[in-house]
Amino acid sequence: MADGKNKKVITLDCPLPRVSEDRVLLAHGGGGRLTHQLIEKIFLPAFANPLLEQRHDGAVLPINGSCLAFTTDSFVVRPLIFPGGNIGDLAVNGTVNDLAMCGAHPLYLSAGFILEEGLAMETLQTVVASMQKAASRANVQLVTGDTKVVDKGKGDGIFVNTSGIGLIESNVKGTIGPASVQVGDAVIVSGDLGRHGVAILSVREGLEFESPILSDTASIWPAVEALLNAEIDVHCLRDLTRGGLATTLNEIASDRGVCIRLEETLIPVEETVQGACEILGLDPLYIANEGRFAAFVPSAQTEAALQVLRKVAVSEGAVAVGKVEESPRGLVVMQSRIGGNRVVDMLSGEQLPRIC
Amino acid sequence: MKFVTEYRDQQAAEKLSQTIRKKVTRPWMIMEICGGQTHTIVKSGLEDLLPREVTLVHGPGCPVCVTPIELIDKAVAIAERSDVIFCSFGDMLRVPGSSQSLFDAKAAGGDVRVVYSPLDALKLAKANPARQVVFFAVGFETTAPANAMAAWQADHDNVENFSLLISHVLVPPAMEAILSSENCRVQGFLAAGHVCTIMGYEEYFPLAERYKVPIVVTGFEPLDILEGILMTVTQLEDGRHEVENQYSRAVRREGNRPAQERIAEVFEVTQRQWSGLGEIPASGLRLRERFQKLDADLRFPSSEEPARESPECISGLILQGIKKPHECAAFGTKCTPENPLGAPMVSSEGACAAYYHYGRRQKQESDHARLPVAQSF
Repeated sequence: MADGKNKKVITLDCPLPRVSEDRVLLAHGGGGRLTHQLIEKIFLPAFANPLLEQRHDGAVLPINGSCLAFTTDSFVVRPLIFPGGNIGDLAVNGTVNDLAMCGAHPLYLSAGFILEEGLAMETLQTVVASMQKAASRANVQLVTGDTKVVDKGKGDGIFVNTSGIGLIESNVKGTIGPASVQVGDAVIVSGDLGRHGVAILSVREGLEFESPILSDTASIWPAVEALLNAEIDVHCLRDLTRGGLATTLNEIASDRGVCIRLEETLIPVEETVQGACEILGLDPLYIANEGRFAAFVPSAQTEAALQVLRKVAVSEGAVAVGKVEESPRGLVVMQSRIGGNRVVDMLSGEQLPRIC
Repeated sequence: MKFVTEYRDQQAAEKLSQTIRKKVTRPWMIMEICGGQTHTIVKSGLEDLLPREVTLVHGPGCPVCVTPIELIDKAVAIAERSDVIFCSFGDMLRVPGSSQSLFDAKAAGGDVRVVYSPLDALKLAKANPARQVVFFAVGFETTAPANAMAAWQADHDNVENFSLLISHVLVPPAMEAILSSENCRVQGFLAAGHVCTIMGYEEYFPLAERYKVPIVVTGFEPLDILEGILMTVTQLEDGRHEVENQYSRAVRREGNRPAQERIAEVFEVTQRQWSGLGEIPASGLRLRERFQKLDADLRFPSSEEPARESPECISGLILQGIKKPHECAAFGTKCTPENPLGAPMVSSEGACAAYYHYGRRQKQESDHARLPVAQSF
């Protein structure tokens, strides 16, 4: 084949598929671009109002001179019970944290259960006991609820929805939310990343570690409260749940039209979590956390904010990982460990393990 | 982390980068064969450390990118059957077929599951004797031993409800196809380290000799790749065309003999259709006669509907390094990561997806960017 006359130009045959848009895909719930498309195309046009359009973790409602925060979240997780917690912990902490991200003191929760026929009563009791403990730890009361049971095979054991109401404290200076993010802000993460997602995956994949990786599920209100009490001018708070740090920062960069620049060496990831990610072919930047948040503060207050956070148990591992810059607009850019730059993009759907 | 952080060290990377800069006197185009290497290059922003003269092109070593559309269609058709549990590696799920991906099949009710090993699929088959369990056995020589093992084990244990949908391809014939194309622009190769872990690198000597091209067996960490590039550039500058092994901590010249024996026991070499490259003789593997009862392609009847193809996606030219993704008319407009027209736009290591992301940055940073990828824009 080396001589000229046998050479051929390789011909091409390439697919032009029609991408299905007539069904909901799992990726529509993955927190990435498809989730955003769903919100933009289906939900926002239908329900549009100024409060919804703030697009924060919860709605901030001005009522009779005070400000309430209101939020809702549904929890579906397999396995129901995992190292470091269960769906009950998540359901309470998740909604408490969404309120905290509005700068609101969490007060009251509702809980809606969708139970699958045949679920072991013991499992339900374990979950409910965890909810009670988590609520008591977060100092919130579960004040209303609902239960439905679906046929066997039509649910995944337990689905839980919780909604919550919180009060925005008078010491909150401006609006805490993506709209307040400014060029020059420092980006702080409240602790090491990836524990929750890896705890879940390691159970699913049957991975065992010398010391088990526990979910980080926890209420992060104490950390937020400490920041507010210390009069840190917090511009934005976001919990780093579905889609992880990368997705959260992409949302903010894109909504605000700013660039968020990260340094890979500063991003805290425990060695065991990093190791599991290497084995599973996943990137900890995209993995869900249930007790971590990102805070945007003026760069002059970075050290003060870090000192405050490090005194609170749930955020003792807080570090500054990056800053907000003007350009390139709408992108999250990271300097890698070896000194190169890359765009940390939003995923289209769920993170998928790679073949090679 | 031991065995990882030392291969991602910034000072060592900078040193290698300097050495490459000193070595280079003229433009060189080097192809990294493996999708895993592309992934590292993109993820670590490694091209920022290279001099303008060195251009990396992403090769065909991504199983997601080269699996032909007919087989994706077949996989979707099997996955849609109510009696089937269809198992696949994760990143195959998003690859578009003629009209659907495996994700679409799952959304429509198909039982599609992500597994990390074909042996997990075999376990599923044993646990679900009333259902057919099909494993999508794609990949290069790296995944062949595990797939061969699954077939061998299924045969040994008489597991009748297990089968493999096979699209196994081989690296050296693909390299030969690229090199023998008259519009080939590739001047040196980083050979796929993990493929060579299994197969060794003796097969590359005739290729290096015949096409006068340096081939450096290269690993997957950033420092591995920088070192592989340095070794390739050194050969090119010296006018040599040898086979060298950068990845000596994992690769021996003869490879992994027991794994090769298992592959040879279960599979035989056959011609294969490559997405984007067309049919290449003796470039793939199929089950030997003794194991053909495990061939999902024979077990499940094919539909008559032909695969729908279009000239609009130019992934074939891209996989050969002949065109850059942004030179495609559909790039970034009709073809995006959400609506991929071809597999290279699917996953983060796909060449088109990589360019899509970098391209957006390059556009915005055009005033002060020093992005080697952008040179070719």
